[in-house]
Amino acid sequence: MNSTLRMYERSARVYRGVWRGSVFSSFVNPLLYLVAMGIFLGNLVDKQTGGIAGVSYLEFLAPGLLAATAMQAGAGDSSWPVLAGIKWQRYYLAALATPLSTRDLVMGHLAWVATRVALVSAIFVLVATALGAMTLTGGLLAIIPAVLTGLAFAGFVTWFAAKLEDGIGLTNLFRFGIMPLFLFSGTFFEISRLPDWMEPVAYLTPLWHGVELARSLALGVDPTFSRATHAGLLVAYIAVGTVLAVRQFEKRLVI
Amino acid sequence: MSDALVIANDLTKRFGDFTAVDAIDFEVKQGEAFGFLGPNGAGKSSTMRMIGSVSPITSGSLSVLGLNPATQGPQLRARLGVVPQEDSLDVELTVAENLMIYGRYFGLSRAVIRPRIEELLDFVQLNGKRDEKVDKLSGGMKRRLTIARSLINQPELLILDEPTTGLDPQARHVLWDRLYRLKQDGVTLIVTTHYMDEAEQLCDRLVVMDQARIVAEGTPSDLIVQHSTREVLEMRFPPGTQDENVAQLSGLAERIEILPDRVLLYTPNADATSSEAHARGIRPVAQVSRRSSLEDVFLKLTGRSLVE
Ligand SMILES: Nc1ncnc2c1ncn2[C@@H]1O[C@H](COP(=O)(O)OP(=O)(O)O)[C@@H](O)[C@H]1O
Ligand SMILES: [Mg+2]
Repeated sequence: MNSTLRMYERSARVYRGVWRGSVFSSFVNPLLYLVAMGIFLGNLVDKQTGGIAGVSYLEFLAPGLLAATAMQAGAGDSSWPVLAGIKWQRYYLAALATPLSTRDLVMGHLAWVATRVALVSAIFVLVATALGAMTLTGGLLAIIPAVLTGLAFAGFVTWFAAKLEDGIGLTNLFRFGIMPLFLFSGTFFEISRLPDWMEPVAYLTPLWHGVELARSLALGVDPTFSRATHAGLLVAYIAVGTVLAVRQFEKRLVI
Repeated sequence: MSDALVIANDLTKRFGDFTAVDAIDFEVKQGEAFGFLGPNGAGKSSTMRMIGSVSPITSGSLSVLGLNPATQGPQLRARLGVVPQEDSLDVELTVAENLMIYGRYFGLSRAVIRPRIEELLDFVQLNGKRDEKVDKLSGGMKRRLTIARSLINQPELLILDEPTTGLDPQARHVLWDRLYRLKQDGVTLIVTTHYMDEAEQLCDRLVVMDQARIVAEGTPSDLIVQHSTREVLEMRFPPGTQDENVAQLSGLAERIEILPDRVLLYTPNADATSSEAHARGIRPVAQVSRRSSLEDVFLKLTGRSLVE
């Protein structure tokens, strides 16, 4: 336990040098999306349809966008930083010459990602509440699935990044993996609008479960499956991703 | 029980089908400076990484500080200091932060680490750079910081993999001076290098590695006595005339080594050999007589020059 916190502490130190810029963009991104899509586009949607799933488009969008933002934070923090620690800056190699193990590195990394995602989500909720897109209680509750979503992606992306030799694979991951998920996992519209064959695909992605759970908690409605099912699946994704990441670290770094 | 800190028997490291370290035996004793000499690719770093318990051994046996690296890695690494061949400093942190975070990896409290940071920055003469980002340091400073970092846990055994490679002579000198002090303080050192002069001065004992094997072992002076003559006479000839001159040299020395640009004559007495050569009418454009060095030992053992 104690040794897990060591890598966490390193990341926190590094963050101390960059937190201003990071917090600033955590404010600006949700602000831009919520205003442009939620309010302006939302007005149009609401006029045409009278809202989605019984609420205004802005209220529908906010929790989905929260989960999607958490996904991006979890994936982003587990991509280039992980490959840098292995290949470019080699800080994982330095740490492995100390009593720390690969498991400590991965767990410390993921613990830090959880903190970061929670921070990004909290700022999101502040902005959304100020814009009237979320109630404070609903927003705060939705931070829990947001963190689970961020971690579900963090585990898998850490595993994936630890297999790579250069950043091209990561660019492709974001272009062909994270970006489509961002657009098609129920964030901006319900997945029932997707062609029939795509719906089951959405069921497989952690993001959709995160979106469903966040929306259900933020709006106080029932999700597609039960809350426990969505949460359980997210936890399962986290567990599998973490195990894969630790195994890949061991294979890559202990040679 | 022997008083050896490191005991390796038949120690072997394979990467797939490739054997990087081939059944080597050695012992490192408490308080000594032990060297691994050898050209690139000899297997020095692979050996260092096994001793540092960051790389599992393929076969044979290895004991470090009485512990088994395979099963007691974390306990073992807690008592080691490591300077890896490639720098792995944290470029996102400052000089002092690098030491703090590294100390924290060992589970030391901040209160314990803080005074050590000041002592170590003093020791490696980086006090002025305390709050600089690591990117801003020169190569020599980075190496010194890496040495300071390796000492944060007050290790019993310090493993240095080519600590001075790539540095200018002055930076090298500062570094070796620090290592000499550590040795005087009783820290056991294992050093790899391909700078023979430094190895001769610092190491109590050393092994010469070539192509995954240990080809010789002993104190620097033993190795020279065993594998070379006392002195060497080096001769350079005008371009294109080396071959004809070499033909006339036979019998003048115990052993003659012909390099592309010069000829080395191994002899107990370089001056006497020089006079004899002169009497035979041999006129080199330049000649030097010197004592045998580890470089000569290496040349003899492997047929190759160490520094390419
Ligand atoms: N991770 C690895 N995978 C495959 N081959 C390796 C690996 N590490 C080292 N080698 C090979 O093992 C040999 C010995 O390397 P090394 O121990 O680094 O030698 P030295 O430090 O003496 O230059 C070299 O031929 C090197 O290419
Ligand atoms: Mg090496």
